[in-house]
Amino acid sequence: MTELESVIGLEVHAELNTATKIFCGCKNVFGSEANTEICPVCMGLPGTLPRLNKKVCDYAVKMGHALNCHINNVSRMDRKNYFYPDLPKAYQISQADIPICENGFLEIMVGSEVRKIGIERIHIEEDAGKLLHDDATGGTLCDYNRCGVPLIEIVTRPDLKSSEEARIFLEMIRSILRYIGISDCKMQEGSIRCDVNVSVHEKNAPLGVRCELKNVNSFSAAVRGIEYEINRQTQIISSGGNVERETRRWDDRNGMSILMRNKENAQDYRFFPEPDLGDIVLDDESIESLNNELPELPNAKIIRYVKVHGLNYSEAFVIADSAEKAALYDECAASGKCEPRSAANRIVGEITKFMNDSGKKISETGLTAQELCELCSAAEKGVISSSGAKKVLDELISVGGKTADIIERLGLVQNSDSGFLTALADEIIACSERSVNDYKKGKSNSLGYLVGQGMKASKGKADPAKLKEILMEKLKQEE
Amino acid sequence: MKLYGYSAYELLDMLSSGKCSSAEIVRDVMERAKETQPLYNSYITFNDEGADDAAKADAVSEKRGSKLRLCGIPVAVKDNISTKGIRTTCASRMLESYVPPYDATAVANLRAEGAVIIGKTNMDEFAMGSASDTGYFGAVRNPVNTAYSAGGSSGGSAAAVASGAAVLALGSDTGGSIRQPAALCGVVGFCPSYGAVSRYGLIAFASSLDRIGSIGRNARDVYLLHNIINVADVKDVTSSYKKISFNLKGSLRGLKIGVPGELFSPQISDDVRAAVEAAVMTMESRGAVVKYVSLPSAEDAVKAYYIISSAEASSNLARYDGVRFGYRTDNYSDLSEMYRKSRTEGFGDEVKRRIMLGTFVLSEGFCDSYYKRAAALRTKLCREFDEVFGSCDIIAAPVYPKAGISLGGSISPVECYSADICTVPASLAGLPAISVPCGRNADGLPIGLQLIGKRFGDAEVLDAAYGYELARGDVYDRA
Repeated sequence: MTELESVIGLEVHAELNTATKIFCGCKNVFGSEANTEICPVCMGLPGTLPRLNKKVCDYAVKMGHALNCHINNVSRMDRKNYFYPDLPKAYQISQADIPICENGFLEIMVGSEVRKIGIERIHIEEDAGKLLHDDATGGTLCDYNRCGVPLIEIVTRPDLKSSEEARIFLEMIRSILRYIGISDCKMQEGSIRCDVNVSVHEKNAPLGVRCELKNVNSFSAAVRGIEYEINRQTQIISSGGNVERETRRWDDRNGMSILMRNKENAQDYRFFPEPDLGDIVLDDESIESLNNELPELPNAKIIRYVKVHGLNYSEAFVIADSAEKAALYDECAASGKCEPRSAANRIVGEITKFMNDSGKKISETGLTAQELCELCSAAEKGVISSSGAKKVLDELISVGGKTADIIERLGLVQNSDSGFLTALADEIIACSERSVNDYKKGKSNSLGYLVGQGMKASKGKADPAKLKEILMEKLKQEE
Repeated sequence: MKLYGYSAYELLDMLSSGKCSSAEIVRDVMERAKETQPLYNSYITFNDEGADDAAKADAVSEKRGSKLRLCGIPVAVKDNISTKGIRTTCASRMLESYVPPYDATAVANLRAEGAVIIGKTNMDEFAMGSASDTGYFGAVRNPVNTAYSAGGSSGGSAAAVASGAAVLALGSDTGGSIRQPAALCGVVGFCPSYGAVSRYGLIAFASSLDRIGSIGRNARDVYLLHNIINVADVKDVTSSYKKISFNLKGSLRGLKIGVPGELFSPQISDDVRAAVEAAVMTMESRGAVVKYVSLPSAEDAVKAYYIISSAEASSNLARYDGVRFGYRTDNYSDLSEMYRKSRTEGFGDEVKRRIMLGTFVLSEGFCDSYYKRAAALRTKLCREFDEVFGSCDIIAAPVYPKAGISLGGSISPVECYSADICTVPASLAGLPAISVPCGRNADGLPIGLQLIGKRFGDAEVLDAAYGYELARGDVYDRA
């Protein structure tokens, strides 16, 4: 049997965080009491007409730029017709033939490799309402607040090879959406969802028949769904069968996919141009100005951090995923006053821990890039010890101020004076006979103990690195 | 003489000079409307607040020191145009008890100028039909001869104006639904340029074709009403932002009239042909210049029209599914049965026929050969019109092939659709078109002359109609 390869394509739906809905003036908010954020237009009352929120186009174009897409000067809204109780008009206004953005790509880091994932299109559309099970009556209730919430759908080409690549891609998309500030990406609020297409084929053979997986509500569910689907299709092919073109529902709780529709009863959405809205016309100038608003994006930052600064992927991701952390890091790295690596360590370590524990942003603390640089530099030069550095960082975060002042105030300056350290070394060697002997017998970790004694004796002021050097030198001489 | 018999412009003069009050006008017209209701069945619902609205219009006029532009003028509104607080049924069981929570923009414009809504007029169900006999509330009879239909689909509006049950009326025209009943009832019906009047609140049949228009007993009255509703509206993005301002002059001198052979096809009965040709000659005698022109695609316009209008209708009417709006069946065991039975019981035969037709022409595998070809033909027809208007100011044609439609007669749907040959070309091209009475046949049944103008040439069309009325000499000012 030849080796099998899997191919994955994703359709990511992200709710945009515009102030109002896509076709009416209702507020675009989550969590209101059921059926309070609605009006005749988003309820599809007879005779009402949609009008397109310009911001939705702007947001989609920004994402198009972020994903290196071609932005269409003229695109069109279409109707997608189907019956469902959460869809008051019984059609969704979406884009079919001419989406607002198409033919792009996103570069992601997979291990040490940069992978280019093709983006087929990005289009805009309206979200539907939500159905709720009513325990009191055993019936179903409809909450239409979400009707008309703007969405973009990002469709990839079948360029992803594994569930791991899919996860990295999804994390990157989420990160970019947040970066450019167009979506809150709250998984638990359903503001980002995806459909997954999976196929399996023999190596060097044409692509296999794909199955679409719906109802994938988290990135981890996407990973599980993809793996399940690859296994299911692999088994079919390995036992000589043929995979059928199907739409399957992912049941994350039971970890399996269930047939929804096959080729015969595939839905026909009867797309046609939305006659209530004109073409979306964007001039080159406004398209370009939206491009100029874009910052350096997290995927580009990650590639830079790994390739140029030598961070590993997960460190790079933690920093780049947050615009604030990335800004802090980039400023430190650019200043040339400290090693990027030491700034990265503190951001990935203490600063991230503080942000996660307190739920605060960096801007809500006293910490600035300049002082973080000073701190890193002081630690690198041995002016303060690593435990001293921790204390200073705590102080910078909680109170703010200048690194130099804090070091001074807390009395954290290390004593690196060789006379002082030599005397200290002599004293330790004199009263730690056993450890000295152990060291001489080859127990190298005894040295740590000796340094510790020196720190204790100096009340933490001794420069441990230098003290260690002097100790080693002296012990060598004694031999 | 009772006040209901006067034209709107006469009544406004009488009001200004204090010869009558709004309350008196509305009382007389309401009385007339209720008295003629058993004879013609023009209305579905009367507005019980009519008298109060008249008093309000007077009070507002008093306060501001001048009369509102339509102060106290009783206007009938077709029952597919939303009226806040007054049920709006589209003559369908589906919306038998639907009361809109908002006014259509055209209705709001009328109310703001002091017009009084007398009631909601009878029509074909969802405006689909040519004889106002497909509705849930029975057929509309022609006030000229009750053995005949008032035409459709705005039959109730035309019959109300013809019989004095309203002074003015709003209708809607998708493929001739204002022009044809106006012709058959002997009144003036104006279908303005697509976009000249907001569609907001007009319950959609075919969005790219639907227009709200004015019906009155003469061109001056229609001009009055059109001026009130020809207002830019941000709620309808397909509406135009240019206000067409003009004064009626009625001069035909030098007016270049195009006569397209395709609209005088053998299908046109001799009496209609003779009356329309005589009307064109009358205009010629007043200095108009007649030219024979060609619109080759007009012959296929009916087919394109029924494909496009049915396609859009199948989508527009999908929202009537029993979940949110209108009729829901009593007995059902699951969602799909609820959909099926609600729609089966709530819609009449003609509406179902169009929904099935529209669903078919949009479905996968058929969309290209039907919907897309029809759309292409529409584009071609528009170009042909453009060409004709390169050398003509206006096009003259019949409105309907016959002078009357017998009630209770049975003709096949195809025969019925084919008879729209004269009206649908202007519908597809979005052009303004008016129907003006141009005589009667041997049985005393009215015949209409159709005048079609270029896009947003609404002023020229109204002025030519007024000029023709002056030339004809016997202006039908009174009911």
